[in-house]
Amino acid sequence: MAIAIRRVTKRFGEFVAVDNVSLAIASGSLTALLGPSGSGKSTLLRIVAGLEHPDEGDVSIHGEDATGLPPQERGVGFVFQHYAAFKHMSVRDNVAFALKIRKRPRDEIRDRVGELLRLVQLEGLANRYPSQLSGGQRQRMALARALAAEPRVLLLDEPFGALDARVRKELRAWLRRLHEEVPVTTVLVTHDQEEAMDVADRVAVMNEGRVEQTGKPRDLYEHPANEFVMSFVGPAHRLGEAWIRPHDLEVRQEPNGTSTEAMVERVVHLGFEVRAELVLEDGRRVSAQVTRNEADELELREGQIVFVRPSRTHVFSAAATPPGHS
Amino acid sequence: MAARLGLRFAALGYLAALLAFPVGLVFWRTFEDGLGPVWNAATNPEALHALWLTVLIALIAVPANTIFGVICALVIVRGGRFHGKTLLNALVDLPFALSPVVIGLALYLVYARTGWFGGWLVDHGINVIFALPGMILATIFVSLPFVVRETVPVLREIGTEQEEAAWTLGASPLTAFFRVTLPAIRWGVTYGIVLTTARAIGEFGAVSIVSGSIAGRTETLTLHVQQRFQGFDLTGAYTASVELALLALITLLFMTLLRKETPVGDSDTPGDEALR
Repeated sequence: MAIAIRRVTKRFGEFVAVDNVSLAIASGSLTALLGPSGSGKSTLLRIVAGLEHPDEGDVSIHGEDATGLPPQERGVGFVFQHYAAFKHMSVRDNVAFALKIRKRPRDEIRDRVGELLRLVQLEGLANRYPSQLSGGQRQRMALARALAAEPRVLLLDEPFGALDARVRKELRAWLRRLHEEVPVTTVLVTHDQEEAMDVADRVAVMNEGRVEQTGKPRDLYEHPANEFVMSFVGPAHRLGEAWIRPHDLEVRQEPNGTSTEAMVERVVHLGFEVRAELVLEDGRRVSAQVTRNEADELELREGQIVFVRPSRTHVFSAAATPPGHS
Repeated sequence: MAARLGLRFAALGYLAALLAFPVGLVFWRTFEDGLGPVWNAATNPEALHALWLTVLIALIAVPANTIFGVICALVIVRGGRFHGKTLLNALVDLPFALSPVVIGLALYLVYARTGWFGGWLVDHGINVIFALPGMILATIFVSLPFVVRETVPVLREIGTEQEEAAWTLGASPLTAFFRVTLPAIRWGVTYGIVLTTARAIGEFGAVSIVSGSIAGRTETLTLHVQQRFQGFDLTGAYTASVELALLALITLLFMTLLRKETPVGDSDTPGDEALR
């Protein structure tokens, strides 16, 4: 295990930010800590980095107990949401910072910085200052800076949170490729489930300071452990006791045995897919996701009466939520 | 358009009438009879000593208040919550609120031979009142808030992330402070230093009480101006005034030169706003 978190609790006054969390992160993996704001994911990351101290529990990095170690001695690279660029230093000096602190020979620093700038595609901008870079470029610089000292663990705290949607998507794909090139154990904190599913090979879903479920992105989506994971990882609606994904709702023009009548309230075209927002007989609202072809065949339009039937539902027993209270 | 012109006229007119005209008149009066009398007034031993004393006091008070000011700002912004922080914050502003004369009197009450602490000091051969130490103390007192007040907002604005990034990159807290935090707040600190220097050079009231104004011994330039003015030596008073103005000008020039050395791309350093 690259990182082992054991029974860690962190309180800020009355507020319990991290509540008795245990989590193991495998060497070379790219793990996402996914959760809404205030779920404790950033605090947990900062505890791993040594920027916060847990009230209880311990953290070990590569088998070595790191609980008492200051951030300088943990061998971690940390990337902040708002870049934390050293504004008075050029891009080159930012990236060279960790090496200069370690008093490495000048030739070695020059070569290593050149190599890192190539890796993050900023070769031509070495003499610029952070204020002359775009957000995406600043974050790539911050990543190169964090990688300079060859950390054992790379920690990214909402690294794309301050960027616009298009740049965010580009950087996700780029991060994925970078991780294949430089396979350092990486933990990424995000509140964006799509980002977590896209980038990470393992996801830990957090809520109210606890880890609700850990697993591969697909497993979380297909087999959510409880209602929270069901509703947070991908879209979901509650129908009576059961939960349903919008693409698991069959839409037909004719009634079919167990189907329910519904009125189409709104039709939203999302490129290949179409989302139909429906009102059921009892007034509850659900949405159904169908392909464009299906939508054309059904001739979906507002005000239309259709018949829906769930093809797959998830039912959670009361005992299944919330876990981690034991 | 007319409104804008009107505003400009009001601002410039106000400054011209109340500041530029009287100060300009001092310069004009000083050099009215040519350079000879000015040179004589400036090189007279008492005037030279006053100039030296003013510079010496500034050279001690300004660094002291710079170091203390930055530490104090760090405590106010980063010190967490503790009892007495509100008190600290209020105390820093005390020199702004109190008249310098009152400050001088307060120091006198503590350090004079008959004072609370002065008797013991005099017995051990240390004279504070009517001597240099008292004048330095008074100057430090009146010029204390500037660095703190200019540094606190800049420190607050840069936040802690750059420092934390430096830690994770292997920098010790001290290294992180000198290589990351201090450069990031340097314009706030610099502006504070300039204000502190101007205040230290121009201080009159507090120093006048604790120094005793002994010509050639405990007389700073500002005290010298008053002495000459009251002695009807107008050339002497004007000359010393011009020297004071030149000292202020040198301080401003020094800061402008420092700013020029800043790299272009650094223009969005938070501290810059204080200077624009």
